[in-house]
Amino acid sequence: MAIVERHKAELERKAGPEDRAPSVIEFRGVTKSYGPTNGGLDTASFSIQRGEFVFLVGSTGSGKSTLMRLLIKEIEPTAGTIRVAGRDLSEITRKKVPYYRRNIGIVFQDFKLLPDRTVYDNVAYALQVTGQGRKEIRAKVPDILRLTGLATKLHSYPDQLSGGEQQRVAVARAFVNHPPLLLADEPTGNLDPETSVGIMQLLYRINRTGTTVLVATHDQTMVDRMRRRVLELHQGRLVRDEDNAGYDARTDLNTAEFGALLREPSPEPRRRARTEREQDSGDFDDIFPDGE
Amino acid sequence: MKPAFFVKEAFRSISRNAIPSFAAMASVLVTVLVLGVFIPVVQATTGAANEVRGRVLVDVYLKKDATRTDVSRVQALLGRTDHVGKVQYVSKAQAYATEKKRNPEAYELLGTNPLPDTFRVTPDKPDNVAALRNALTTQAAGGGRIPIDGAIDQVKNRKDETNKILTATRVVKLAMGGLAVLLIIASILLISNTIRLSLFSRRREVEVMKLVGATDSFIRWPFVIEGVVLGALGGVLAVLLLGIGKVAFLDPLASDFALIAAPQTIGFALLAIVLLVASVGVSAVGSSLSLRKFLRV
Repeated sequence: MAIVERHKAELERKAGPEDRAPSVIEFRGVTKSYGPTNGGLDTASFSIQRGEFVFLVGSTGSGKSTLMRLLIKEIEPTAGTIRVAGRDLSEITRKKVPYYRRNIGIVFQDFKLLPDRTVYDNVAYALQVTGQGRKEIRAKVPDILRLTGLATKLHSYPDQLSGGEQQRVAVARAFVNHPPLLLADEPTGNLDPETSVGIMQLLYRINRTGTTVLVATHDQTMVDRMRRRVLELHQGRLVRDEDNAGYDARTDLNTAEFGALLREPSPEPRRRARTEREQDSGDFDDIFPDGE
Repeated sequence: MKPAFFVKEAFRSISRNAIPSFAAMASVLVTVLVLGVFIPVVQATTGAANEVRGRVLVDVYLKKDATRTDVSRVQALLGRTDHVGKVQYVSKAQAYATEKKRNPEAYELLGTNPLPDTFRVTPDKPDNVAALRNALTTQAAGGGRIPIDGAIDQVKNRKDETNKILTATRVVKLAMGGLAVLLIIASILLISNTIRLSLFSRRREVEVMKLVGATDSFIRWPFVIEGVVLGALGGVLAVLLLGIGKVAFLDPLASDFALIAAPQTIGFALLAIVLLVASVGVSAVGSSLSLRKFLRV
């Protein structure tokens, strides 16, 4: 797939010497409090390596969103240092923040698409922002939309799309600048399970091109099935950091295998129903033991 | 590439948000229309009031036996006095000639000239007329006033008339000034509110743009251009309407009403330019100021 190769090349080209630092994200004793009794994040320390796929889990209010907002420098930490690709975020001035954000793809639970632009224009906007010409836009946008399975919806407006499609547009927009890091805050929070699998497959596919992916979610089954690294937050504290969610897992699955992994084991209720029927038929035999 | 892109963005946003855009344009139109009518009206009224006030003056009557040296001495004295604006000398002979023209028979009967030499002194400002009179006379022990020069017989300021003129014109000017201030405040509030409303409905859009990595100026320019376009559109329409109104209603009446033809009012071309610049400027500055709040993401 051409776009995948291009993305890899783009990542290589963009990577400055400090970008090749193995840690894409590094939190050192990061604390964010919104008030004396209102903690967001409490001395969190961890690092995420280049090319990793990491889940961030925790219940509502555990600090997931705080962590995400810290990463895009929407808010400032109260204490501690955050480094992204070796760069200390506190050194980025307010004016430079937009340039910093262009190197991060962001996907939200509520999609955050521009309502009065078509799918094409929504994705194109992320390129226009960086000052890219019409020619490049025309070359890149249809490619990325094909990758995300939206080739037929180029000229639809967001309100004409289903939730899953809107989220695909958001992923396409996040990915079109070839960011080395992709953040997804509850990307499947508003979607049904089957659509969620599609979105997670998409994120996985993006991860396999070399982009580091951090997904915040509270979908426990999804996390268990994907068997990737899991960071768990509880009331602002990092309480769990496990590789592969405690399972043995292959990291070289292709997307189809990955989708299968997400869908199995098949939902519990159906399996139990079948065993009950088997028992029923046994009973049936018991009732008519002699046949006549 | 970039300016063209911003202009395109602005027009796209106008057409996609037709109703808020129309509201913004209409509010500019109404404001400019009202201002366009009001500015000449204020000017004509204050002009008329000022003209009336210009008639306020102090008469300095000299004694009948005043010599030519007395006259020039008093003239020099008046030149040194505070609050003196313009001094007009009316000699005995001139006064007699004018009065005789007005009432030939009476003066024929009179035979001699009973009129004194007079200085008509206009104060520098109409409100200073009392001060001027005080400067030319001193308080006497008995309660009357004594002129500061021996050759001066009397200093008169036509008291009743003066007071009436001053109060009436002051009320007119204050009322006009107050109305003008209220109108300008109302216009600014109306336009800024309309802009704020239309921006508020798009604050999410601005937020998304910031998250995608758009710089502030990249977001601001299309909004400012949009404001300029809508302001200019409203301004041009209003000026056209004013022009039509002027040609259709005002010009035929101008010969009949002195107020309409008052010379101090602003010329139509200048008025149109002022209104256009104001409408475009206010819309552009308003958009960019209102946007500032939403840009802090």
